[in-house]
Amino acid sequence: MIVEEAPVSLQDAPTRRLNMIEAINDALDIMMTRDPNIVVMGEDVGYFGGVFRATAGLQKKHGKTRVFDTPISECGIIGVAVGMGAYGLRPVPEIQFADYIYPGLDQLVSEAARLRYRSAGEFIAPLTVRSPFGGGIFGGQTHSQSPEALFTHVSGIKTVIPSTPHDAKGLLIAAIEDNDPVIFFEPKRIYNGPFNGYYDKPVEPWAKHDDSVVPDGYYSIPLGKARIVRPGQAFTVLAYGTMVHVAAAVCAEKGVDAEIIDLRSLVPLDIETVEKSVEKTGKCLIVHEATRTCGFGAELSALVQERCFYHLEAPIERVTGFDTPYPHSLEWAYFPGPVRIGEAIDRLTKA
Amino acid sequence: MTSNARGNLPPLSLHVPEPKFRPGDAVDYSHIAIPAAGAQARPDEGCVAAETHPLCLDMVRVLDEDHRAIGPWDPKLDADTLRRMLRTMALTRAFDDRMYRGQRQGKTSFYMKCTGEEATSVAPAMALADDDMVFPSYRQQGILISRGYPLVEMVNQIYSNRADKLKGRQLPIMYSARDYSFFTISGNLATQYPQAVGWAMASAIKGDSRIAATWIGEGSTAEGDFHAAMTFAAVYNAPVIFNVVNNQWAISSFSGFAGAERTTFAARAIGYGIAGIRVDGNDPLAVYAATRWAADRARSNGGPTLIEHFTYRAEGHSTSDDPGQYRSAQEREEWPLGDPIMRLKRHLIALGEWSDEQHDAMDRELMDHVKAATKEAEKNGILGHGLHHPFHTMFEDVFEELPWHLKEQSEQAIRERRIKWPEWKES
Repeated sequence: MIVEEAPVSLQDAPTRRLNMIEAINDALDIMMTRDPNIVVMGEDVGYFGGVFRATAGLQKKHGKTRVFDTPISECGIIGVAVGMGAYGLRPVPEIQFADYIYPGLDQLVSEAARLRYRSAGEFIAPLTVRSPFGGGIFGGQTHSQSPEALFTHVSGIKTVIPSTPHDAKGLLIAAIEDNDPVIFFEPKRIYNGPFNGYYDKPVEPWAKHDDSVVPDGYYSIPLGKARIVRPGQAFTVLAYGTMVHVAAAVCAEKGVDAEIIDLRSLVPLDIETVEKSVEKTGKCLIVHEATRTCGFGAELSALVQERCFYHLEAPIERVTGFDTPYPHSLEWAYFPGPVRIGEAIDRLTKA
Repeated sequence: MTSNARGNLPPLSLHVPEPKFRPGDAVDYSHIAIPAAGAQARPDEGCVAAETHPLCLDMVRVLDEDHRAIGPWDPKLDADTLRRMLRTMALTRAFDDRMYRGQRQGKTSFYMKCTGEEATSVAPAMALADDDMVFPSYRQQGILISRGYPLVEMVNQIYSNRADKLKGRQLPIMYSARDYSFFTISGNLATQYPQAVGWAMASAIKGDSRIAATWIGEGSTAEGDFHAAMTFAAVYNAPVIFNVVNNQWAISSFSGFAGAERTTFAARAIGYGIAGIRVDGNDPLAVYAATRWAADRARSNGGPTLIEHFTYRAEGHSTSDDPGQYRSAQEREEWPLGDPIMRLKRHLIALGEWSDEQHDAMDRELMDHVKAATKEAEKNGILGHGLHHPFHTMFEDVFEELPWHLKEQSEQAIRERRIKWPEWKES
């Protein structure tokens, strides 16, 4: 059951401070314990526990036929997950890096996304594809991409992106319980700490951040429900993943009273929260790390323009990655960091 | 899970492969069949593919226990060529050691060694013509070194500095060297396999005499690209050599997760009806001979050959990996096929063409050589220290010409630099 608000019992639940990897691991462990139909699979996820350690300990606890390594074939990983879903299992495949998901696209786009529709509900694809995404780790063009817009463009796939350990756990649990295919992109730059874009300053670990306080046990955060990170009046910031922290840090440094919204899921989108905020502030800044052209910011910009036009007091601002492959040595010139966001904030403030 | 088994049918059970040894385990390789050197038949290069198929389940070996080269696969190389092969493999290893240290010292983000696998790139490179096109994976630095690509250019690429010919765009070791007939390395797995077939088909379409060769790890043979490549090569009888470097490990996944519990990787050739050879990948002479056989076959319109190089990944997958977490440290020490450099060294000594003293002197010279290249490259900068390509280069080569939006974004990037570093001048 997905709850709209945290129940009393959850508010009273004992908590632990976890980083995002530990929170994801906890969610997987809890769900595997609750539901024997959940299986976890992917390259290096079994004995080794994943190259980022997200599945550490799960094979030992839940057994080799529920947590297992796979051949290096993203097409195979997603394809067999679809088949397992057809049987009645709830597979949680991991694609080691989002940059490597493309061989699995046909199985996702043409199959998982449409099974329900083409069989009129006879077959569903209740899989949750976990994959680390985003840059900022000097991973070059094959370990840095943010391909979320490729998936939000496809009818029948949900796309979810957490920005804190607390949300990662609750959203992953909701994604696993969801009967539709969910792409769960994990911003790998903030696995260990809430990176704020000031790459030349020391990074804080999650332990010093309020959102690393994670309740023990089961809880879920409904998909399609945004989080207001910080209420404000000056303008609305729409962001997700790593960029929530970057945008918040730049707004704080500039001392602007922005309302920062962490979308948490792109499809389904919490349009109500977006509309309410933009109607209040009259200005909108959209931030994502992905390339600009046809990025999810384009969709957000169109929605805000269509629905909040008469409340807008300034052109909508989009801050994004550049339309190039993610470069290696010029990573920080590419990354939509404090300077790029700061300029957009200045334009909005002056407008 | 509740069983849905009906009647008296037995419940099904899922097989999940498990490697024989985990950290701390004693290693016993007696399950690996190692045939005697020199015992494998060598069919004519023009034979029908099926004649090679017994070799797919065997292992072509040339160097015997007494370090002699024996049998029909002995390529009978002269001593100068053997010394060159030894030197190139030793240089590759010395380069790897230095670059690995450089990464640990923070000079770059990432590195991948090919320790123990040097023969699988150096020997084929020597057996091919220098203008045969190669489509490598990320662990064939030995090809570039064999073909005389300047070490300093390799280091520039690894450091992503302002002299890097790839403009700091690519992850370290993802080289590209068109002048050396070396295709740009992707990072995505197995994509190079069908591309090599396409290049070979093009060479055949144009009546050229050059052939293509490509490399892949055993783990990546699971990708669909592998099947596409084999099918196209078989259909068009393309002049291409498929190398599968079976180094037993794909990061933490042993070869069983690519199908090795059932058959060999060379045996994939049988199903596609192309020639196949399984070779001792730590025997440089066997690797050379197998490549030479496949190259001669391809060049005479005999079609593709799949060569499985049975070897061992002596180090981690990359600088981001710690193999101590998932495999027994004894595996490397006990590897029954030894070390390719040591085996060739002992062969040359047995021939009376080399000595321990000469070898030590060579190692010292190669270390100095690599050190000098490193120092030279460091003048052009190391990763993250400002000496990179100018910001506008980030936007070039996305397309042949810069469209308006990239022009605007380029100006944006340069403006951001001026804001962040007002004092900085583009050098």
